[in-house]
Amino acid sequence: MTVMKPAKAERRASAPGRSKSAFWELRLYVAGQTPRSLTAFANLTQICEDHLKGRYRIQVVDLVVRPKLSRGDQILAIPTLVRRLPEPVRKIIGDLSDTERVLVGLDLRPPPAA
Amino acid sequence: MTAHRARTAANNGALPARRLPKCPTGIQGLDEITGGGLPRGRPTLLCGNPGCGKTLLAVEFLVRGAVTFGEPGVLMCFEETAAELEANVASLGFDLPGLVRRKKIVIDHVRVERSEIQETGEYDLEGLFVRLNHAIDSIGANRVVLDTIEGLFAALPNESILRAELRRLFRWLKDKGVTTIITAERGRDQLTRKGLEEYVSDCVILLDHRVHERIATRHLRVVKYRGSLHGTNEYPFLIGDDGLSVLPITSLALDHPVSNERISSGIALLDTMLDGRGFYRGSSILLAGTPGTGKTSVAAGFVQAAARRGDRALFFAFEESPNQILRNMRSIGMNLAPPVESGVLRFHAARPTLYGLEMHLATMFKEIAAFRPDVVVVDPINSLLAAGSESETRAMVTRLIDSLKAQQITSLFTSLTIEGGPLQQSEIIISSLMDTWLLLQNIEGDGERNRGLYVLKSRGMAHSNQIREFLISSRGIDLVDAYVAPGGMLVGAARAAQTAREKAAAERKHSAVERQIATLLADYEAEEQEAASVHGNGSRERRRRP
Repeated sequence: MTVMKPAKAERRASAPGRSKSAFWELRLYVAGQTPRSLTAFANLTQICEDHLKGRYRIQVVDLVVRPKLSRGDQILAIPTLVRRLPEPVRKIIGDLSDTERVLVGLDLRPPPAA
Repeated sequence: MTAHRARTAANNGALPARRLPKCPTGIQGLDEITGGGLPRGRPTLLCGNPGCGKTLLAVEFLVRGAVTFGEPGVLMCFEETAAELEANVASLGFDLPGLVRRKKIVIDHVRVERSEIQETGEYDLEGLFVRLNHAIDSIGANRVVLDTIEGLFAALPNESILRAELRRLFRWLKDKGVTTIITAERGRDQLTRKGLEEYVSDCVILLDHRVHERIATRHLRVVKYRGSLHGTNEYPFLIGDDGLSVLPITSLALDHPVSNERISSGIALLDTMLDGRGFYRGSSILLAGTPGTGKTSVAAGFVQAAARRGDRALFFAFEESPNQILRNMRSIGMNLAPPVESGVLRFHAARPTLYGLEMHLATMFKEIAAFRPDVVVVDPINSLLAAGSESETRAMVTRLIDSLKAQQITSLFTSLTIEGGPLQQSEIIISSLMDTWLLLQNIEGDGERNRGLYVLKSRGMAHSNQIREFLISSRGIDLVDAYVAPGGMLVGAARAAQTAREKAAAERKHSAVERQIATLLADYEAEEQEAASVHGNGSRERRRRP
């Protein structure tokens, strides 16, 4: 619960010497501490710890507190995870319960063959 | 029936407590149709095909709200960016950037790219709610436009979530108490492509853009208006250079005031035919005639007489340019230039094919409202009648005439008829709307063609039933008393010949009588002389006798 601080709950884990030098800058938009937001945050940290250990930063934005920020990233759906880095910007909406799709969305796994 | 309805609506107006609160749009004509505007604090669905003016109507609703009614508004657009939108409506004279700067309007462009979005698990549209709520609260908005929210269907893959959220959004807007317009694309067999009418049930307005005989006309129809009376017809509307205007602007009730005042037709003998006093003020006059019978000249005489009285006259010319009319009228001794210069006479000329019927009418309404004439001439009305289908034109012309009558404007319409043929369909359509119907006709015979004028009907007066010969000379228009001879009415050379014949006969008779008088006089003188001589002899005899 404490990481869901409205302003910025940043978690930076720097672990140099990993295979890829890319750094994942992620922003999770929520609106109040709803169960769905909490689920999304929990799912996100789990995935990041599993696949991006030390190469990611998560910023949580609560739109109830900072509604102006919804315009910048064109947020409609809640929760929305925005991958700000590496480029291009990607958006993943939903509670991030489908790990496979989150990985595809984060470019950590190639999309399933069509 | 209609009048009764109108009265009921008026009565409702006297009892505001029972009436649904309305939010005036400020759009010409729309508030009349909806009886005061859109339902206040509720969402209204505005649907239509691409290019029928949905966005413009919605934006005008916001702009008028902000400018006229002091109600700020939020425009959330899902298709156009704020800059595009500002450019698009600038042509209508709406200063969106200025209103944005003065915090009267907030424009929020929602851009969603399907390609950048990946969906995993449950979500809702709280982000949109937060965003809208923030925009509304930031300027204390009373009005909201969502244009076109269906854009979301393309962006978000999960339709069931989207539908549930839209339902929640409309509910939320209602609770928020903002008057909302939601625009949507017209669907193939339902009002909207995505069936939004299911969620927005308070008021549904349908816009339509149809082409009839190569003339495009936009129509507006209030499909549904819960808890309120509304006009159910399709009303033509147009996008002018100062926003939208929906026609008609007139009421449907037949209760306009009437005047007993009479005004001159400009031709003394025509006034004599009309009870000796001319037309009623505020009446409508149809002047029908075959080509070249002098309709425009009569109309010009009418406006000239109006200008002399000090009445303001507006002349709609659909066939000739004002300069040409002025020149031609000068050739028959009518100088219309002074009243034009002094501003009591105004010409408005336009090619009939340039616009559709409703565009003409709207322009005419606009001109009439701006110039405030006492007398209006439409020369000829056929151009208007040709611009639409029969039922349409009838309705529109009825509205024009109604509007003119309500304002006590005397109107004269010229109408071109085909020689020798039966009455034009157009005349049958409009004749019942006319109070006075004058007919100009060519009368052929004896190798020449003359003009005749008669009064076919004239309501409310004992008009003449005679055909008068109608003369146009360099001194103006004149009527000649009907010349009825045993062989029928005589006109032109025949009348002249007959007059000459009669004059000759009279002269013959005169000289015969004179001759007779001369003979009698001579006889008398002779008798006198005889009598004198007899008398002279007698005296001598008498003298002799004593």
